[in-house]
Amino acid sequence: MEEKRNKIWAFIITGVLILISALYYQTNVFYMYLVAYIWFGFAYGMMLQYGRFCFASASRDLFAAGVPRMAVGILVALMFFSLIQATLASTNMSTFHPAPFGIHTLIAGLVFGVGMVLSGGCASGSLYKIGEGNMTSFLAAFFGLCIGQAIFVDVKWFDFMIPQKWVETAAAKGIPADKMTSSFDNYLAGYVWDQPTVRMSDLPAIKEALPGASKYFIGDALITALIPAVILLIVIYFFYIRKGFLKKRAKQKGGAATSFSDDVAGIWNMITASKRTTLMGVLIGIVAGLHIFVMKGMQNRFAVDNFGRLLTKMGFTADVSTSGKVFDPGYWYITSQEGQFGAWILEKFGWDMHDNIFFGVNNGLPEPWRNPALWMSFGIIFGAMVMARLNNEYKFKLPKGELIVWGLLGGLLMGWGSRPALGCNIGAFFIRVAGGDPSGWLYGTGMVGGAFIGVKFFNWWSERKMAKEMESF
Amino acid sequence: MAMKFEKTGEGTYLLDVCGYVCPHPQIYCKKSLEKMNEGDVVEMVLDNPSSVETIAQMCDQVGHELLERKTEGGKIYLKIKKA
Repeated sequence: MEEKRNKIWAFIITGVLILISALYYQTNVFYMYLVAYIWFGFAYGMMLQYGRFCFASASRDLFAAGVPRMAVGILVALMFFSLIQATLASTNMSTFHPAPFGIHTLIAGLVFGVGMVLSGGCASGSLYKIGEGNMTSFLAAFFGLCIGQAIFVDVKWFDFMIPQKWVETAAAKGIPADKMTSSFDNYLAGYVWDQPTVRMSDLPAIKEALPGASKYFIGDALITALIPAVILLIVIYFFYIRKGFLKKRAKQKGGAATSFSDDVAGIWNMITASKRTTLMGVLIGIVAGLHIFVMKGMQNRFAVDNFGRLLTKMGFTADVSTSGKVFDPGYWYITSQEGQFGAWILEKFGWDMHDNIFFGVNNGLPEPWRNPALWMSFGIIFGAMVMARLNNEYKFKLPKGELIVWGLLGGLLMGWGSRPALGCNIGAFFIRVAGGDPSGWLYGTGMVGGAFIGVKFFNWWSERKMAKEMESF
Repeated sequence: MAMKFEKTGEGTYLLDVCGYVCPHPQIYCKKSLEKMNEGDVVEMVLDNPSSVETIAQMCDQVGHELLERKTEGGKIYLKIKKA
């Protein structure tokens, strides 16, 4: 009975999304741009849920339980995605752009890393878990990534952290005073915008040594993503898997297992230990690349560089920023659109969210039903919900007790940790590394450090609770 | 909401972490196994599917035996024998 009900729900959700897509198409063909985001989000959601694909789990489960399942899955996804990114870049079909490089990326990653462990899921993980019915993740996503993030970019609370030099540099940029009112504005215009961007294939030495398309495959994919990913896989194997695997193998062989081939078998065993995660890693890498290809194709088809131009053509000028754009990454992204959603809600309560650079000048504040990237986030939730329903894994769970605190606190830290680096585990780490931008590794290093701190805290917390439980025996 | 870790008999335990999300079920599972003796069995109840993959792999790596794994009414039941 339950199985049947779940299947019906899966069909209803998918059917409603098809209907919505058809309505958009009938309204204006420009909306096909937005519809593409819906269905890529849907595909991400299905894959994330099936593979239990959560970036928080990568470092957290490694530190907390010694399990490398997710770390392996992410590295596999990264390798595939980097090769596709290189292919797209070499055919001028990439929407990727590198981000400002600096220590701010590492610090933001650290804050985000603590947050994702506390809340129980990263930015993308929280969305797929909402699709599973997990309302702790809803708390984290709604109050932290949506509302918390929007407030973070619009308040003056952090002025005490902004050096006078940044304020002066920001003022010299000539941005209208009514669009530069928050601490984050001074941080963006006074510091971040002046940091260099680094993309391996753009470096003069790489360009000179590797003419043509090879600079994308060797500079961006091989040097920035593939080699570091392989090194990390080997390091994880040596520290977490090797001892146990060789012991088991020696038992099976009835003798010592110390040869190179034993280690190769061990690494392969580690990669294939969780087939569903690794398989989804491969698929996510490929789909994320296909997503870029499709969005670039849409931009070429409609002769625009941003969905904001199409909104303007359709007459929705209030949706776009002063630059005529809305947030439209052209690839998998999570947090900025959630900040837009939070800002949209806050505006309904009388808060002016257009008076800052983030929304007013850069990303705009479209109505949610005309926000392409936000539809991608909704797509992730619905895709995960369909997959969870099909596998009878959907369960509506309200957070209780301590989980409310962890969800809210973790969500806020994720929201605040995603802004200074202009992205989260997806936008600031996964996409950047695969695109040849080494700042992604800085963010990733910060995330791992933050996850380590979060796990240390939870170890202490759970040890305390276990001791209480064991008093009686 | 509270987790439950009870001794149900000689060498048998119950760990109930229903309602908890990642990473709590896997942390409590690991800590419970650390407190038990070799050959002891813990019956674990949880309702967070994502944790099960991690727990299963942790058992495989360490050598703990996953004696039973079933899903009923949205709850997942695991029976683990400590190596």
